[in-house]
Amino acid sequence: MTLQQLSVFLENRAGQLCEVTELLAENHVDMQALNIAETADYGVLRLIVDAPQRAAALLREHCFIVRETPVVQAPVPDKPGGLNDVLRAIADAEIDIEYMYSVLGQKNGLAYMVFRVADPERLDAVLTRLQL
Amino acid sequence: MQRYYQSEIETASREQLLAWQNERLVKQVRHVWDKVPYYRKKMEEKGVSPEDIRGVEDLHKLPFLSKDDLRDAYPYGLLAAPLRDCVRIQSTSGTTGRRVVAFYTQHDVDLWEECCARAIVAAGGTEEDVCHVCYGYGLFTGGPGLNGGSHKVGCLTLPMSSGNTDRQLQFMVDLSSTILCCTPSYAAYLAESIHERGLRDKIKLKAGIFGAEAWSEEMRRDIERSLGIKAYDIYGLTETSGPGVAFECCEQAGMHINEDHFIAEIIDPDTGEVLPEGSKGELVFTSITKEAFPLLRYRTRDICVLSRKPCSCGRTHVKMSKPMGRSDDMLIVKGVNVFPSQIETVLLEQGYQANYQIVVDRVNSSDTLEVMVEMTAENFSDSLGRITEMEKGLVSALKAMLGIYARVRLVAPKTITRSEGKAVRVIDKRKI
Repeated sequence: MTLQQLSVFLENRAGQLCEVTELLAENHVDMQALNIAETADYGVLRLIVDAPQRAAALLREHCFIVRETPVVQAPVPDKPGGLNDVLRAIADAEIDIEYMYSVLGQKNGLAYMVFRVADPERLDAVLTRLQL
Repeated sequence: MQRYYQSEIETASREQLLAWQNERLVKQVRHVWDKVPYYRKKMEEKGVSPEDIRGVEDLHKLPFLSKDDLRDAYPYGLLAAPLRDCVRIQSTSGTTGRRVVAFYTQHDVDLWEECCARAIVAAGGTEEDVCHVCYGYGLFTGGPGLNGGSHKVGCLTLPMSSGNTDRQLQFMVDLSSTILCCTPSYAAYLAESIHERGLRDKIKLKAGIFGAEAWSEEMRRDIERSLGIKAYDIYGLTETSGPGVAFECCEQAGMHINEDHFIAEIIDPDTGEVLPEGSKGELVFTSITKEAFPLLRYRTRDICVLSRKPCSCGRTHVKMSKPMGRSDDMLIVKGVNVFPSQIETVLLEQGYQANYQIVVDRVNSSDTLEVMVEMTAENFSDSLGRITEMEKGLVSALKAMLGIYARVRLVAPKTITRSEGKAVRVIDKRKI
């Protein structure tokens, strides 16, 4: 399924990430996945939360720069070769993955991954056909 | 040892100097009135005509010229000679991105090079010397000016230009350079490199002519000790020709202004009032011998003091102190003029907000320039690749505007102090 990921600009200094998590904690926003890409000066925090719109508004109120991006969340069998099957299907469909990361925890023997691609609808269709 | 390049001029009596200035000023004012509509308009606005200027004592009646005038008149508006008589341009940065272009006839180039030759001779240069010029060549006046001066003196001239330290040191050792011309910070850097490589006993330097940026007496002593040389200051600006407007003699206390070519005044930067000798104020130059690009009462924005006390070197020309600061916000980084407004122009063009901070520092004797910019929602992306692309775009746009590398640091919004009264745009950590 496709959902909205929040990306937040973070300067590389002590306490920046904690400011975000504190804000989300105080407002009872549940984080489901988290990933950080960084350079020497700054990082991009990517978040999947249960209430993206509310969380984005909250962060903006506190002067964070937030961008909402549609991403695809897909189940991956939590066993050897599970991820490989999914990636094989994506490769066969000639879809470029810009980046991906895993969702915290697992349900019913399935792990979940988040994929950022140019055309999330198309990836969603490909992964649905896999019937995982 | 030859003490002067042009002794009759450099040691002329004050009366003689004044007579030259009077005659040349009157002629120059008439020349620009006839040839440059921009000047005529400025003079008319102030109600002055050439008849009112009978000598140096009337100089204060003329309107000032500022960097803004040079920008408004770009490129040909202040040109006072036919283009076919011009043989050269040099250029420096303007306040908001438009560059200042100065024109030279062959006569102007010759006079400029003579001024530089005076500086080289004052530093002990003769035709026996090997003059190692590592100021930048090109639009920047440093390289071409000292290069020309060195030719006039008859030194063997090494047109090294800036950078490539390995090559600099190789030539310095193999060709026995005796006079080094560069920015003081580059001299300090070369001195360190010479020591690191154990070349101290292999170099033959005896003097250095260092300018284009601020340096302290302490830095002078460090360089002198480290290289075993005498280090001399030189002053100039592209608008008035380039280096050689003023230079230090053996006294190493103030720079003699070439008064046969330039009339110097010190004014109150706020009121424009001319201040008496010995007062600290803004330096203003009138070029009385230039043909193509003569500037009348050009405000340098450099704050300094003039002194006509007799000098033990025998030169009679007035001395200026090292510039003690600026009456505008211009920075000199790696010898290059940088205006915060130029950086602002680039930021706005690149879609960033005009909220920024410039941090200048000196690391290992070399100036560093960092621009802190707040990230904006428009420029932000979930993709690190796209952000770094934008960042690279900003770095190259700054390089194109300033001519030097500026490190960009993207910071979170609202982290740069908003203006409370006066915004802190520049943090200069250099200890000069």
